[in-house]
Amino acid sequence: MLMQEMASVPFQPTTHCGPPGICDYLWLIPVLPIVAAGVTALFKKATRKGSATLAIGSLSISLLLSLIAFGHVVAGWAHGVAVREVVNFTWLQFGLANVDLGWVLDPLSAVMLVMVSFVGLLIFIYSIGYMERDENFTRFFCFLSLFAGAMLGVVIANSLLLLFMGWELVGLTSYLLIGFWYQRPAAAAAAKKAFITTRVGDVFFLLGIVWLFAQTGTLLFYNHGAGSIEPLALARLLTQPAAWGLTAAGAIGLLIFAGAAGKSGQFPLHVWLPDAMEGPTPVSALIHAATMVAAGVYLIARVYPLMAAGGLTGGTTTALTVVTWVGAFTAVFAALIAVAQNDIKRILAYSTVSQLGYMMAGLGMGGVAVGMFHLITHAFFKALLFMGAGSVIHGCHDEQDVRRMGGLKADMPLTFITYSIGMLALCGFPLLFSGFWSKDGILEAARHWSVARAPFYMLVFGALLTAFYMTRQVAYVFFDHWRGGKPAHESPAVMTVPLAILAFFAIALGAIGTPAWPWFRAFLDGHAAGFGWNGFREPGLMALMGASTVVVFLGLGLGWRLYGGDAPAPEEPDVLEGAVPLVWGWLRDRLYVDELYGVTVIAFYHGWARVSDWLDRRIWGGLVAGVAWTFGLWAQLNRFLDTNVVDGSFDKGCDELGVGGGLLARVQSGRVQTYLRLLALAVVVLAAILIWSSRA
Amino acid sequence: MNFVFYVLAALTVVGSLAAVLLKNTVHCALALTVAFAGLALLFLDLDAQFAGFAQILVYIGAVAILVVFAILLTKGSETPKDGVFSKTWLAGLFVAAAVFAVLGWAVLQTAPMLSKGATVPTVTVQDIGIALIGRYVLPLEIVAVLLTAALIGAVIVAMHDKEGAK
Amino acid sequence: MTPLAGFLLVAALVFSIGLAGALTRRNAILVLIGIELMLNAANLNLIAFWRYGPHPEALTGMMFAIFSIAVAAAEAAVGLGLVISIHRHAHTTDLDQMNRMKG
Repeated sequence: MLMQEMASVPFQPTTHCGPPGICDYLWLIPVLPIVAAGVTALFKKATRKGSATLAIGSLSISLLLSLIAFGHVVAGWAHGVAVREVVNFTWLQFGLANVDLGWVLDPLSAVMLVMVSFVGLLIFIYSIGYMERDENFTRFFCFLSLFAGAMLGVVIANSLLLLFMGWELVGLTSYLLIGFWYQRPAAAAAAKKAFITTRVGDVFFLLGIVWLFAQTGTLLFYNHGAGSIEPLALARLLTQPAAWGLTAAGAIGLLIFAGAAGKSGQFPLHVWLPDAMEGPTPVSALIHAATMVAAGVYLIARVYPLMAAGGLTGGTTTALTVVTWVGAFTAVFAALIAVAQNDIKRILAYSTVSQLGYMMAGLGMGGVAVGMFHLITHAFFKALLFMGAGSVIHGCHDEQDVRRMGGLKADMPLTFITYSIGMLALCGFPLLFSGFWSKDGILEAARHWSVARAPFYMLVFGALLTAFYMTRQVAYVFFDHWRGGKPAHESPAVMTVPLAILAFFAIALGAIGTPAWPWFRAFLDGHAAGFGWNGFREPGLMALMGASTVVVFLGLGLGWRLYGGDAPAPEEPDVLEGAVPLVWGWLRDRLYVDELYGVTVIAFYHGWARVSDWLDRRIWGGLVAGVAWTFGLWAQLNRFLDTNVVDGSFDKGCDELGVGGGLLARVQSGRVQTYLRLLALAVVVLAAILIWSSRA
Repeated sequence: MNFVFYVLAALTVVGSLAAVLLKNTVHCALALTVAFAGLALLFLDLDAQFAGFAQILVYIGAVAILVVFAILLTKGSETPKDGVFSKTWLAGLFVAAAVFAVLGWAVLQTAPMLSKGATVPTVTVQDIGIALIGRYVLPLEIVAVLLTAALIGAVIVAMHDKEGAK
Repeated sequence: MTPLAGFLLVAALVFSIGLAGALTRRNAILVLIGIELMLNAANLNLIAFWRYGPHPEALTGMMFAIFSIAVAAAEAAVGLGLVISIHRHAHTTDLDQMNRMKG
């Protein structure tokens, strides 16, 4: 690729942490929010102010430390040094094997740290306003802090085991927060579904971890040359064959991708993400838009050397090919479904799934920088969109159906402006918005992909659909007239200020990713980057930019044409529905993936559950009852023995003693002559004995 | 074994038999007296003159009279309606027979060893008197106390109660 | 049979007769009569042995018999006094009816 050829020689890496530098204190970044969560959990009485202060305070300190770390890495980059500082320590020792944990500070983790803590902090502040009427305010902030700490732990982890621990903790807090309003059955079911679906992916992930540990003897990523994704270990992995023509590296990569697919909602494990919208909107913004779902993408970026091992320069590996295809398919699949949804948050949820597909495809085709840039920009504008949606819901008195909204452009101007900025960034409106540059990076990589051209066309079609459904949504919500119940009102400043900040970044972040100044890519890949217009001279780039612009405007125009005029009343069918009712039905019913699961997997488990229940109740229960019955029988026997044999014999014995005593007592007749007779008899006997013995 | 011994022995045995077999209690007492007399004569035959006369004086003169008095004071002269012998008289007879068997057997077993006893011990009354005061003074005094106690005791026991217990 | 054996047999016979009387007669006084006979038989034994036995001490047998007579007399007095007292309380001298010490 021309861009890479243009780059200068890669920087010299440094791996030493110290003298005491920021990387020694990196562990504080995740630990502080977790401690805040722990302290909040210990309070018996709920204190709103206290819990919010703890959460926001701890995350602010984490943000500060993240900025210092980022600054340190940028300073290193500015001096031509590729910073990768690790701190490793041994956690367990069994026999000759060690289990090591540690954290790493390099450009990848630095940008993620800043993004997660910054967006997280904004959402925390936003939550103060959004959850102000909720009675479980304290519990909410406790869980939010826990999540923030866990996510930051995933980001800085240098060990696949530590990453997995943070991964699971993130999954747990996601479950807790989706099911935050647990009294609602829909919320509880959605939380369960999220946990179980991601669990399916996590099983494969764990298999991959174990296999990697078995093959390389370590789970650390970087360990001064001895890490599991460093060249020495990779060379060994490439020599091990696995099944179906894969090497061990490829197979492990696919297993790890399975975990990432679960967490990032790739097809077919995407079914939990739309249902996760049952949680409060700040949760949707933070977890299911910006950070947790991005963890899967981040994981692939982290183990990219493993995924890319064995690939020819310019070519690709099996693992990356699979990642690309799954990502591209998911992008189109989810975008199609988003067209026919009517819940404001569900549209955004499917949009998130679609954009995650873009990120995966970008990773697979273009490398770490391409995918990560879209992740960063997406985090900002998707969080913005979700928070805007939350503001809309809040202002419309908890109404979530877009068909019952409308005309909010006038009632909620701040929300309208920020939401529009986010929407245009998502659509990839040319030049001004960050989404354009990040998406273009992916399309650029797709255009040059050596394996096939189909993903490129799929992603372009996805961009068209994205513009179309977002226009539909914005038209329904903000334009035409109000179709709902009570009139809407603007949200308080504590909610709109974060929106404004995010909107600013949705525009500004584009600046670091343009071909004129490809700072982000250079930073991540460890090159120098200069500002110059040469980047635009790459063959085909201008054509591509023009083509994507056309696609965006086509989508916007089509959407405006169909929905920009009078929006239909809530009871009437949608415009498209009238046109192609069958296809609309399929899309509205989410292409029946959930129903498929229900018929196959869930029915299978229901059957097994019934069998197990029967087994448990009839067989094991019968056994237990049988044993109890035997014991009862035994007890009866013992009672019989005790009453009749023991007691009986004892009583009989005593009676006999009495009788014997009575008999013997007759000797005491009270008559003198009897006594005399006995005396005389005794004397006779004695005398006889004496005489007899003296005869001898 | 001379003729006198047999006569006296027969007298004693008959008298004692009569003493335990007769129905009338007074007749028993009188038969007892006869038995005492026979025994006294046997003592005399054994050259124990003092013992013989003491026997006559004490037993016939005091004990027998005492027995008669007791019989008369307890309406013993009336014949009881149930019979004079106990319901289980056979057991008593058996025991007595056993005792006699043992005693007889003992005597007969050792009969060859018994001495003929030709020499007669010469004991005069003076000797007895000196012995009583000399060697046997302690038993004498004790027997005196015993007799006094017995006398007082018998009187108290047999005395009529005056107004309730005494 | 030596004379001594004859006397001893007579004494044994009188003793047994006295014992039989004491064990079988109902009247309490008859029991006492039997007891007197037994004592007398014992006395006869003593005197017979004094006469026919060895004589390390010439007086012992005689003294023994004399003291026995004295004690027997005392005992007869007390015993008969007791019988009279019992008769006063139970209005009978029938021994078969005196079983208040029955066990």
